[in-house]
Amino acid sequence: MQLIECPWCGPREEVEFSYGGQAHVPYPESPAELDDEQWAHYVFFRDNTRGTLAERWNHGAGCRRWFNAMRDTVSYRFSAVYRTAEPMPASVPLTGAGSSSASATTSTTTSTTTTGR
Amino acid sequence: MSPTTTPRSTTPRTPGADLPEHPDSLWRNPEPKKAYDVVIVGGGGHGLATAHYLVKNHGITNVAVLEKGWLAGGNMARNTTLIRSNYLWDASAAIYEHSLKLWEGLEEDLGYPILFSQRGVLNLAHTLQDVRDSVRRVEANKLNGIDAEWVDAEEVAKICPIVNTSSDIRYPVMGATYQPRAGIAKHDYVGWGFARRISDAGVDIIQGCEVTGFVRDGDRVTGVRTTRGDIACGTVALAAAGSTSVLTDMLDVRVPIQSHPLQALVSELLEPVHPTIVMSNQVHVYVSQAHKGELVMGAGVDSYNGYGQRGAFHVIERQMAAAVELFPVFARAHLLRTWAGVVDTTPDASPIISRTPYENVYLNCGWGTGGFKATPGLGWVFADTIANGEPHPYAAPFSLDRFTTGALVDEHGAAAVAH
Repeated sequence: MQLIECPWCGPREEVEFSYGGQAHVPYPESPAELDDEQWAHYVFFRDNTRGTLAERWNHGAGCRRWFNAMRDTVSYRFSAVYRTAEPMPASVPLTGAGSSSASATTSTTTSTTTTGR
Repeated sequence: MSPTTTPRSTTPRTPGADLPEHPDSLWRNPEPKKAYDVVIVGGGGHGLATAHYLVKNHGITNVAVLEKGWLAGGNMARNTTLIRSNYLWDASAAIYEHSLKLWEGLEEDLGYPILFSQRGVLNLAHTLQDVRDSVRRVEANKLNGIDAEWVDAEEVAKICPIVNTSSDIRYPVMGATYQPRAGIAKHDYVGWGFARRISDAGVDIIQGCEVTGFVRDGDRVTGVRTTRGDIACGTVALAAAGSTSVLTDMLDVRVPIQSHPLQALVSELLEPVHPTIVMSNQVHVYVSQAHKGELVMGAGVDSYNGYGQRGAFHVIERQMAAAVELFPVFARAHLLRTWAGVVDTTPDASPIISRTPYENVYLNCGWGTGGFKATPGLGWVFADTIANGEPHPYAAPFSLDRFTTGALVDEHGAAAVAH
């Protein structure tokens, strides 16, 4: 079992966490002015980066708080975790597969929502 | 059935002894030409099948299938081979049933044994809501001409005696939907059968050829940049499953898919114990027994986005716990191997078969966890869409603009799909 570093609780097993998808997707500033296509992009479209992605995570079995993380979607290695009020770390090199620059924590995750069929 | 099939061996049964021999030649490995009428990106089942029907139905043979790895080595080599068409909505039923009908004649069409075995699928119901949803789906299937019936727990025990139908378990079996025409096929042979056929017809299958960019001219793509040089093209068809976003990002086309690891596993080779396919949404199991004798099981997707073709072990652990709950006899089997593929999931759990903002670029993706069963059906309608420049009627409901219009084909809770 891999460990994920919660910014409040420290390293915990990945089954304690749930995944919240791409981070830093703000609610539209003027929702009434959005057309259908803009709404579609807000509701349904997210980055699907092959490489480092800023993501939301929730420590559901611990402090139950949300935080953000930078994670490589190929190696699954976390390069940074930070609280939601904090800006995305600029110092994290946005590298792709097999990045050796990752620091801080190791990891991967949890819960299943979809299955094969 | 191909003449290469050998007779079933006598006792003692050696696992794999009744599998057919391969022909002497399968496909050519040509150098890429300078230009093709159609370039298909992705040498998995969907890409190969699309090339097959471009040849067979439309007479288009100046086609290249580009594969960054090896032929049919992505999800085609990693799926659990279940084939069925018992989806709820009309749009899904149409394309999956079209596909199932093609599976029924595919061995003859390809002249290659694919071991398509129509052993039926049971989709178990464990709660009253499961029962209501299942009966509704059976009725919808019947209206769409799909074989489907509701069977009670006693019938389940007759069809598949190893299912625990005792009322004294955490999720008792209250009945099931049954589609007798559902089945499994030998996935590698399917890929190889398509490859052999299209290669003979003049299609170039180019392995180890990764697309690194596109040459654009206004709203057209005139060429594909690859690790084996630039290739000019009349039309581009994307069939890259989990890697689709990498390609669409190069084209500045945004696609609502998220790539996830999806794991599966097999037991060691066992004597035949499991005569059908059993799926359960509630207990999170889908299992069949392969021709060679392995029990083949699929897990749920790992929750995070991932391109790594591997997942976390606790997902497998939960999968095994669920399987043993439902099939107590499995407790004595050993796990032989686990692996993962990268699946392209969409917000409504339905695929995207669509035109794009580029006049000559066509998109097939978003099959998520269930694309194998659609291989011939998708190939047929995607080839038709490419050849005619407009969506085949079975493809039309799955266009990219449904996320803007709101006309989703929501198979999340509706299909016989485990989520």
